[in-house]
Amino acid sequence: MSAPAEHPAAANSDAAAHRPARGPRELIFELGAEESRCVEAPAPEGEWEPLEALLGDALRKTPPALPNVSELEIMRHYGHLAEMNFGVDSGMYPLGSCTMKYNPRINEDACRLDGFAGAHPHQPAASVQGLLELMWELQEALGEISGLPGVTLQPAAGAHGELTALMCFRAYHLDQGDVRKRVLIPDSAHGTNPATVSMCGYEAETIPSGSDGGVDMEALRAALAQDVAAVMLTNPNTLGLFEASILDITEAAQAVGALVYCDGANMNAVLGISRPGDMGFDALHFNLHKTFSTPHGGGGPGAGPVCVTEKLASYLPGPVVVRDGDAYAGRMPERSIGRVRTFWGNVGVLVRAYAYIRALGAEGLREVSEQAVLSANYLRQRLSGLFDCPFCRMCMHEFVLSGAAMRKEHGVRTLDIAKRLLDHGFHPPTVYFPLIVEESMMIEPTETEPLSALDAFVDAMISIAEEIRTDPEIVKNAPYTTPVRRLDEARAARTPDLRWRPDPGGLSADG
Amino acid sequence: MRYIPITCEQREAMLRAVGVSAIDELFDAVPDAVRLKRPLALPGPLTEIELSRHLASLAGHNAPATGLVCLAGAGCYDHYIPSVVDHVARRPEFFTAYTPYQPEVSQGTLQAIYEFQSMVCELTGMDVANASMYDGATAFAEAALMACRVTKRSKVLCAVSVHPAWRATLATYAAAASVEVVTSPAEETTGVSIVPGSSTLESLLAGDDVAAVLVQSPNVLGCIEDVAAAAAAAHAHGALAVVAADPVLLGVLEAPGELGADIVVGEGQPLGNAMSFGGPGLGLFACREEFVRQMPGRLAGRTVDVDGAPAFVLTLSTREQHIRREKATSNICSNHGLNALVAGVYLAAVGRSGLQSIARDAVQKACYLKGRLIETGRFAPVTSAPYAREFALRYDGDVERMRSEMLERGYLAGVGLAELCAGSGRPAVLSDQDSVVLFAVTEKRTREELDAFVREVSSL
Ligand SMILES: Cc1ncc(COP(=O)(O)O)c(C=O)c1O
Repeated sequence: MSAPAEHPAAANSDAAAHRPARGPRELIFELGAEESRCVEAPAPEGEWEPLEALLGDALRKTPPALPNVSELEIMRHYGHLAEMNFGVDSGMYPLGSCTMKYNPRINEDACRLDGFAGAHPHQPAASVQGLLELMWELQEALGEISGLPGVTLQPAAGAHGELTALMCFRAYHLDQGDVRKRVLIPDSAHGTNPATVSMCGYEAETIPSGSDGGVDMEALRAALAQDVAAVMLTNPNTLGLFEASILDITEAAQAVGALVYCDGANMNAVLGISRPGDMGFDALHFNLHKTFSTPHGGGGPGAGPVCVTEKLASYLPGPVVVRDGDAYAGRMPERSIGRVRTFWGNVGVLVRAYAYIRALGAEGLREVSEQAVLSANYLRQRLSGLFDCPFCRMCMHEFVLSGAAMRKEHGVRTLDIAKRLLDHGFHPPTVYFPLIVEESMMIEPTETEPLSALDAFVDAMISIAEEIRTDPEIVKNAPYTTPVRRLDEARAARTPDLRWRPDPGGLSADG
Repeated sequence: MRYIPITCEQREAMLRAVGVSAIDELFDAVPDAVRLKRPLALPGPLTEIELSRHLASLAGHNAPATGLVCLAGAGCYDHYIPSVVDHVARRPEFFTAYTPYQPEVSQGTLQAIYEFQSMVCELTGMDVANASMYDGATAFAEAALMACRVTKRSKVLCAVSVHPAWRATLATYAAAASVEVVTSPAEETTGVSIVPGSSTLESLLAGDDVAAVLVQSPNVLGCIEDVAAAAAAAHAHGALAVVAADPVLLGVLEAPGELGADIVVGEGQPLGNAMSFGGPGLGLFACREEFVRQMPGRLAGRTVDVDGAPAFVLTLSTREQHIRREKATSNICSNHGLNALVAGVYLAAVGRSGLQSIARDAVQKACYLKGRLIETGRFAPVTSAPYAREFALRYDGDVERMRSEMLERGYLAGVGLAELCAGSGRPAVLSDQDSVVLFAVTEKRTREELDAFVREVSSL
């Protein structure tokens, strides 16, 4: 461990209390020994048919080179790895578009209850009524929150939800005898949007943003035609701005028979305040791992339920949960696009989101959005004098700053600022997204940060801005206090080392 | 307020700092016409104690498989989960972190992924594995799309003996991408789809327009497919061999890579992940090195930092949506990273020798149970090919009734093949599958439990 304060260039912030173990460490493959064990194999119970007789030729000749490690070594290994990581529990994580809010612990307990975690997906429905009830209630709640009553809990993440919804759009259009080709997406959209469009066999067409940061209505109208299958929007958009002309947009799209999709990544801004269904959207995905507090897990799993209008509900993938009297069951919707995964959904994640919604109720959810928006505006207000704020007006739950001027004047990039924030004990904002703002920093504090953390973040940004003016090299070479320093990413890509390999001589005797 | 630490006084001060007098003014940009003018119609809030009671009650309305003698599989398996696994997964530094886009403070996640990728390569005999897909079915579908990119063809051949939900997922993805899926039949007597030298496979491949031959081994009936023959046939016609494997069984079954597979996918749930009603699962995805730039999903790689210290970072991301947008190899962004971490911890905890004995136990006990069930006279064999941990039998009564009656007695008595195929919209595995049950066995089952099950089920 190195104490940040000892380094000449270390940030002198109390927030640097997050003092990680210096990495890196041996690979798990380098630990243990041939006879090391964590769990013992069960003792054989009597005589069984020999494996050779059962599997014949299919029998494996060389065992996979997995490590044999003792229990303490495993806990120390992963304990050390954990110490090199930064999570929401480590400090403020204002990662725009990702809604890194606190992950309530009761949700973690809930999803591990045996009645949920121990259920097999092919149990008779009578033996999983509690789970099906929970899922049905969650469908209802998401339908109400979005204003779009047809709900499927199937998709595993936001991108999977986008794909699911676009596949439903495609099936709907085909049912109308309508072969459409293009999907319109604003230039501020997340990369999953155009990638989804391609996977769905459509052409993605970019619509520029107007000077106010919203969709350029002229350009949109010019692009809309009978061959447009859908318009995909994020509202509030990725600049953190509410599309003021949202009703005009959805109307114009629907006038040419296009369907309108809402990327619901930013729903944390409008819970109980405004509903995509009432804005004229035909479909939306929620990211339960953003809006409804389920943890990101270092990359996943999330869940991306899709909500649609009545007319599209019968196209949803199943099984969806239906209620008949007091009994719950799974069912494939009538004109379903089919399956998008093996079983019911990311149920462990659904349980957490359900618990969150029940904990807060309608009023609590509205307060979430109110505070998320207030906290974002508070930071925007305090930081916009320091850095350029290209679309500086009242924002929703996030806002975007630009480091372009800093770069021009002092040669310090946004990436450098992000790295310097690490020395102050903060996770940086999302950087270089959205693409329409040069050197962008997208800041989303979320409602769960205390005021003291927001203020400390401002202080850190002030101190970095000062360093940029007085001693930019400090910022350009940051970070200094992290488990490792800036990485050689070019080398990683040029000579990819994507896995450990055992010694060519086979497994050595000491594992 | 729950989970919001800002006090009323602070809130007022913040409003003043922003220059507004009331919260409502923050939302001036939201047109009146789209404002919700009523509270959301949701049940009232619950205190933590009320919530925990409510959740316990919902959980109590289930009879989870873990409290039963579970003989159901079909893609989700009741293995023992070593204690260390969840203790690691509950470290907040892991589960409250985002995707490791800032490698300097994400070395834990990145190294764990790198180790996971290495383990998947070891199991499958492949050169590279990605950081995970959502589940086995989506990994399978993406493998087909990847094979189309690699071969620049737009038709795939899928064995009918692949799990019906996986085939259904493939069909959904393929329809959207205008990829044609041709289904190759199973040999009803043996239970396998790949029969070396069979004219069916040859004739389906004859046009040299197939991008991939997709097989699952063991297949949905539990039977081991001739992966080497499938791969040889695919390669002879310029197609890739995509093999779906069960990662636990790879402790004793030959690695698909050794048999000629080009892409190996699998459902990683059995590696230490709770069944959790089937999700979140874990999509395993591995391939040969030459195809790495067509792979979907994230990859962690080893490099050095500016001080020359070894370190890990996400790499080759020019394949991915955030860089390539509409030209990306997939739209996947969030994956199942925590489930991959769990799989890594699980494989370390059971170790090389443990995985072998867990797999061996499952295979031997499955063979024992199959024999005993046939002896009762109520079950008849369906397939003759070698099988591993799962097998199909024909029951002489109503399958779903048998399953409910056995549930009353504390058993999850397999999965009905007809039920498994229902709603998949895909061709049936067998022409007469209504009375076919699939039983699965794990190392958790004791001889005593198996004997008791045989006694009870034959007494129905
Ligand atoms: C605006 C936006 N859309 C879509 C996504 C994709 O969501 P997921 O990662 O859950 O697939 C994200 C998440 O990063 C996002 O920020």
